[in-house]
Amino acid sequence: MFYREAGDFKTSYQEDSQTFPIKFDRYRYYAVLIAAFAVVPFLINDYWVNAVFLPFLIYSIAAIGLNILVGYCGQVSLGTGGFMAVGAYACYKLMTGFPEVSILIHVILAGGITAAVCVLFGLPSLRIKGFYLAVATLAAQFFLVWLFNRVSWFYNYSASGQITAPETQVLGHAVTGPETAPWAAYLFCLVFTVACALLARNLTRGMAGRKWMAIRDMDIAAEIIGVNPLKAKLSAFAISGFFVGISGALFFAVYLGAVEVGEAFGINKSFLVLFMVIIGGLGSIFGSFAGAAFLVLLPVLLKNVLVGGLGWPTDLAAHLEFIIVGGLIIVFLIAEPHGLAQLWRVAKEKLRLWPFPH
Amino acid sequence: MKMKLFGAIMATAMAAAPALAELKVVDTSYRTGPYAANGIPFSDGYQDYFTLLNERDGGIGGEMINLVECETGYNTEKGVECYESTKGGGSLVYQPLSTGITYQLIPKATADGIPLHTMGYGRTSAKNGKVFEWVFNYPANYWDGASHAVTHILNENDGDISDKTIALVYHNSAYGKEPIRTLEKLSEKHGYDLTLLPVDHPGQEQKSQWLQIRREKPDYVIMWGWGVMNQVAIQEAVNIRFPMENFIGIWWSGSENDVKPAGDRANGYKALTFHNLGSDYPVYDDIQKYVVEAGKAAGAGDQIGTVLYNRGMYAAMLAAEAIKTAQEIHGTAAITPAQMRDGMENLEMTEEKMAALGLPNFGPEFKVSCENHGGNGYGAVSQWNAEAGEFELITDYYQSDQEVLQALVEEDSMAFAEENGIELRCQ
Repeated sequence: MFYREAGDFKTSYQEDSQTFPIKFDRYRYYAVLIAAFAVVPFLINDYWVNAVFLPFLIYSIAAIGLNILVGYCGQVSLGTGGFMAVGAYACYKLMTGFPEVSILIHVILAGGITAAVCVLFGLPSLRIKGFYLAVATLAAQFFLVWLFNRVSWFYNYSASGQITAPETQVLGHAVTGPETAPWAAYLFCLVFTVACALLARNLTRGMAGRKWMAIRDMDIAAEIIGVNPLKAKLSAFAISGFFVGISGALFFAVYLGAVEVGEAFGINKSFLVLFMVIIGGLGSIFGSFAGAAFLVLLPVLLKNVLVGGLGWPTDLAAHLEFIIVGGLIIVFLIAEPHGLAQLWRVAKEKLRLWPFPH
Repeated sequence: MKMKLFGAIMATAMAAAPALAELKVVDTSYRTGPYAANGIPFSDGYQDYFTLLNERDGGIGGEMINLVECETGYNTEKGVECYESTKGGGSLVYQPLSTGITYQLIPKATADGIPLHTMGYGRTSAKNGKVFEWVFNYPANYWDGASHAVTHILNENDGDISDKTIALVYHNSAYGKEPIRTLEKLSEKHGYDLTLLPVDHPGQEQKSQWLQIRREKPDYVIMWGWGVMNQVAIQEAVNIRFPMENFIGIWWSGSENDVKPAGDRANGYKALTFHNLGSDYPVYDDIQKYVVEAGKAAGAGDQIGTVLYNRGMYAAMLAAEAIKTAQEIHGTAAITPAQMRDGMENLEMTEEKMAALGLPNFGPEFKVSCENHGGNGYGAVSQWNAEAGEFELITDYYQSDQEVLQALVEEDSMAFAEENGIELRCQ
């Protein structure tokens, strides 16, 4: 009934290979976009933006970035927190160094700087694979956090080692700093998220993405059919770093406003984003969103239900939250090892035939 | 799926909306994670005192106190979530008990017009009320603490420590870095050598730092630790047989659960404090009668009388006194956050006031003013008596080196004002 393909004819290759080939799916996608851009900004308040939407959007970008590296190119990385920190500190240095330049450009430049750093730490991937590469990127995580703690130039010699985002404006509306209207911060991040998702989707189904997937599936075979592993791996690191850097910059500048590297970009962050990718689904853009939503929104929802709704003690609720989220992760991974994206795909298949499955 | 999720959050957020005609106080606590051992007693004390006021006096000035607890886990992201979810409905004051969250909240609370009370932590230069209108850190701050420790060492050495070395073991975060500048300035003044030994979050791994201490043998070790880091540091100090009387912790590194794991050999460990210790005060009889026996004690109710419980209770007492002051100034019982700010700015703690509250000689006397949001910087040194199982005050309250600190506060707060284009108040 849903997802009917009957009567949905494709007359060109372009139509046939579009992202959402089924009409219903496509309209749903447009509806989500319209709602996100034209409806949500009018409805949200500070709480919704700061507790729900901003973390969801920003972690989605980070998960897309990591998914390109881990899911599409098969290079395991545990350095996401460190790379997010590069984005945040690059953005901070640019914001304070060149306050007259728009924050839009700063965020994109921060992504570019992170891409360069990411390539540097991606060099070992040419020699080592799998767990060994994970350890090498883990070193990046610890090194970068140490660096931003140690060298006071990065935090402009402030006594506390904290970096604080100054107020900046886009089209006359503040998007960073305490005076930011909730809708402005939301729209600013939404634009980046949508742009990143579109970019990632088109990269991964084009030649670059096919090369990455060839390397992921079997690097020797890929090399034989003419994929240059150096270029493929390093481009995956660069593009992944670009996205992760943007998410780090937004995380610092728009979402938190003030961060401290050890606390905000520690090893926990690396694992959190990796779990998002694994739970959402490796090698899927939708999976990145689903994973981010699962790990960001579920704790908030549980907290609101247990403490706000049922009035339980906060410590009990916090502990239960760990248990429930942990339990659900196991359940989901047992039920569907390929993540929420695969679950969604299966559901879609079923819905295509429903209610006449035979 | 997503829509359903949002709908459910929306529904619960609405269900949780509080009634308005009360004095709403938020307790951003942490009862989970590596800092819970210290977060629980503080939160218990904070809540029990307000419960006492509700049960015994029917609130403050006839208005009941609505205490809302929110778990932050000492995590800034959760702290922001807590702040945003509780700031509505006229929240009077925030006491985040985390320097990291404080830095987040200073701009947000200033924009929202909600006062912050960061008692003995947070941004030290917030003492300058000319710049920080909504932030208060009375009665003492980190730089006072650093100066107290150095003064104590000076007093032990008859005023000459130019040949001494002092090591600072600190939590590698905004919190731990706060005293560095002060200790460096004081080192210029008094001539001691300073070694800095950062410990990364959460602080369970300190072998290399203490190895360095064993090798370099500094005369004194000062510690800026919190949570599990305290226990590990004290245990490591015991392991290398560092003389405990030369080991001085800031007030956040001096509670019973920090020293007890190290056993008898932690005897003699020193910690600073800005309020009195023990449970030998009339107010505890009331807490026993109205809170504990009524079954309304927060948490497990087993922390009463510990150092951090006392501190939480002290924080609640200062908040309650500020509410009273605000009610007097504005002639209304149901005050707003802006009126609360006036109350905090005009707060005066005298010995008579504290004695009337059942807390005679509990804390130093101080008076908050428009220019000075940080009190007078009085503190004392306490020492752990392992046999008795309690911290004991070994000095009177003494003032920090205001000459050095005032210049530092001025410098740092003015830099902040300039960066953020803040117009100075109180002119």
